[in-house]
Amino acid sequence: MPAVEVNHIVKSYADKAVVNNLSFSVAQGEIFGLIGPNGAGKTTTIRMMMDIIKPDSGDVTILGEKLSEASKNKLGYLPEERGLYRKLTAIDSIIYLASLKGMDRHSAEEKADELLNQTGMLPHKGKRIEELSRGMGQIIQFIVTIIHNPELVILDEPFAGLDPVNTELLKRMVADLSNQGKAIILSTHQMNEVEELCDRILMINHGRSVLYGKLPEIQSKYRSNSVLLEFEGKLGEVPGVTEKRTHKGYVELVLDGKTTPQQILERLVSTGIVINRFEVATPPLNEIFLKVVGRNHE
Amino acid sequence: MNKTLLILRHEFLHTIKRKGFITMTLIVPLVALLAIGVIQLVSGIAEPTVEITTIGYVDESGGFQQYTSQGNITLVRFDTPEDATKAMVNNDIKEYFVIPSNYASTGVINRYTLEKQIAAPPATTTAIKNFISSNLLAGKVPPATIDLIEAPLNLVTTRLTETGAVALEQGGFGNLIIPGAFSILLLLAIIFSSTYLLQGLVEEKENRLIEILLSSVSARQLLTGKVLGIGAAGLVQVGVWVISMPLLLSLASSTFGGFIGTIQLPANFLVLAVVYFILGYSFFAVLSASIGAISSNSREGQQLIAIFTLPLLIPLWFMSLLMLLPNNPIWVVLTILPITAPVEVMLRLGISDIPAWELAASIAVLGLSIIGVLLLTIRVFRTYLLMYGKRPGIGEIFRSLRNG
Repeated sequence: MPAVEVNHIVKSYADKAVVNNLSFSVAQGEIFGLIGPNGAGKTTTIRMMMDIIKPDSGDVTILGEKLSEASKNKLGYLPEERGLYRKLTAIDSIIYLASLKGMDRHSAEEKADELLNQTGMLPHKGKRIEELSRGMGQIIQFIVTIIHNPELVILDEPFAGLDPVNTELLKRMVADLSNQGKAIILSTHQMNEVEELCDRILMINHGRSVLYGKLPEIQSKYRSNSVLLEFEGKLGEVPGVTEKRTHKGYVELVLDGKTTPQQILERLVSTGIVINRFEVATPPLNEIFLKVVGRNHE
Repeated sequence: MNKTLLILRHEFLHTIKRKGFITMTLIVPLVALLAIGVIQLVSGIAEPTVEITTIGYVDESGGFQQYTSQGNITLVRFDTPEDATKAMVNNDIKEYFVIPSNYASTGVINRYTLEKQIAAPPATTTAIKNFISSNLLAGKVPPATIDLIEAPLNLVTTRLTETGAVALEQGGFGNLIIPGAFSILLLLAIIFSSTYLLQGLVEEKENRLIEILLSSVSARQLLTGKVLGIGAAGLVQVGVWVISMPLLLSLASSTFGGFIGTIQLPANFLVLAVVYFILGYSFFAVLSASIGAISSNSREGQQLIAIFTLPLLIPLWFMSLLMLLPNNPIWVVLTILPITAPVEVMLRLGISDIPAWELAASIAVLGLSIIGVLLLTIRVFRTYLLMYGKRPGIGEIFRSLRNG
C-alpha cells in the first residue's frame, strides 16, 4: 500500500489552474523529491496533501484512506516559511503542537526530551523561541514535525538557512526516518540534496508533471552519450568517438551513437594508456532541471 | 482531549498571561478606586468645611433690608456703588449687585465682580433671587409662604404597575448606574477580546505558524477554539470587574452617601447582561477572525477592525439624548442593529423599559448575524488565511464568497 496516492488533482484560482491533473504516488520508506521552479504549484500540491486546502477535483489518499481529521495525525509537515509562538518556550511550543497531533502531554514531553537531546538542543528547551537563533528555531520546528511519529513527513526546504553541521544532522535524521519505513516528501530547490537523498522524483512546472520516476532512470534518459576519462599516456584517435572535450583533469569523449561505452572501454585499454577513471557521463539533476524547465518556458 | 478544547485552553492561558490583559483587568478597578479617592479628596467629604461668602448690594430702589443671610451667603448693604467697589477691591466682599431705582418696572439687577466668569454661580443667583423675593413679600404673606415660594417643589415620583400597585423597579439615576457601568465594561471587554483574537491570528499568519496549525486541525476547529478560548478570558476579565464592584460601591457610598442606596438592578438585567456579552463578543470575535484572515499585518488588521468596533460607541455618544427622549424610534433601530445592540440594550435597561418584542428581535438578529458572519468567515478564513503579503480587495472577497 503506497503511503500517498495523489489522483488527478486540480486546483484553480481565478480560473487559472495552479495544479493541473497531477497524479503520483509515494511508497512507504521512500524519500521522494518534489521539485520545480518557483510558482510551479509545489506548495499548493503540498497543501492539498495536508488537507489545508481542498482540490477542485481529484483526490488524495494517505495510507489507503481518504484525508480526514484523524489522518492528519499521521502527517508531519515542515513548511518553507518557519514560525513558532515567539513568546512561548521551546518545550511548550513542542508540547502544544504535538498535542494537536494527538499526543498526550506526558508522551510529548518524553519524546521532546529525546529529540532535543539528539539535536543538542536540550539546554535550550526552557528558552523562549524569540531568544533562539534562526537555525535553532528551525531545529525546534523539525522536532515539531516528527515528534508524533508520523507515517508521512513533508519537508519543504528543510535545510535552508542551516549551517553545515546542522544540515548533516537533519539529513541523518531524515535518512533514519526513511529507514524506519516513513515516507518522506522533500521539496527543495537544492538539486544536490535531491540527488543525495531521494529515490524518486516528481518535477512539476505550470502545475503539470514534467518528470516523474526513479532518479537514475531519469538521469539515464537525459544522458548525453558520452564517457568521462582520466588517464596517463597519449590518447590518439579512438574509433566510435566523434568529439573529445577537454576539461580540467579529465576528458569527455562523445560517442557516435552506435558504439557503446563498453566497446569504447575495450578500445581504450587496447591503446595502452593507463586509465585512472572511466565513467559513463550522467547529467546532474540541475542540468536536467534547467533543460526541462527551459523547454517548458519556450 | 478534543483538538478544539486544546486550542481553547491554549488561547485562554496565552491570553490571560499577556501583560496587556493583566494590566487592563487590574487597571479598571484601580482607576475606579483612584477616581473615588480623588472625589473624596476634592469634596473633602471627611470634614466638610462650610465657607461663608460675603457679597455686597446697593439698594437704590429701597425696601431691601431683611433676609440678608441666605444659606452660606451673607449680604452686606452699601450706600453707593463706589463704596461697594472699594470694599470689593479691598477683598472685604467677593462681589456686589445693584438694585436700580426702576427695578420694579424692569426687573433688572446689575452684578459686579472682579472674576472672569461664563455666568453667575448658581448659589449666588439663588441667594440674590431669594433675597429679592423674600423682601418683596415681607409683611404681605406669612413667613412660611415665603419659604414655600423660595422652594416650591420637591417632586416625588412613584411608578405604579398596571394593577395600581407600587412597581418594584422605580427608575431614576439609581437604576442607570449598574447598566451604564456594565455597558462600558462590556464595550471594553468586547473590544479587547476581539483585538487579542485579531492580533493572535495575524501573528500566526505573519510567522506562517498557521500552516502547521491547519495541517493538524480544520479551519473550523481553529476558529472555534480561538473564539471560545479568548471569550473565556474575556469573561474572566468581566468577572474580575464585576466582583470588584461591590467593594467599589461600598467605598463609593462613603463618598456619595445615600445615593448608593438608590441603586437598583433592572429586571432581568443579569440574564440579559450575560446573553449580550456572549452574543456581542461572539459577533465581534467572528468578525475579527475574518479581518485577521484577510489582513497582511497587525497594524492593517487593527485599522480594519476599528471600522466595526467604533459603532459600538454610538449608544454612549447619544446617551444624553436617550435620557431626554427615551421613546424615540431611533433607539429601536440601535437595539436591533447587531453592531450597536449589546451596548444600546444595556443602556436602555437602565433608562426605560424595552418591549419584549424588541428584545426578542434584537437577540434573534444578533444570533442570526453571528451564524451568517461565521459561515462567511469560515469561507474567508480558508481562502485568505494562507495568502500572504497582499490584502484582497472588497470585490475579490465578494467574488470568492460567491464562488465558495
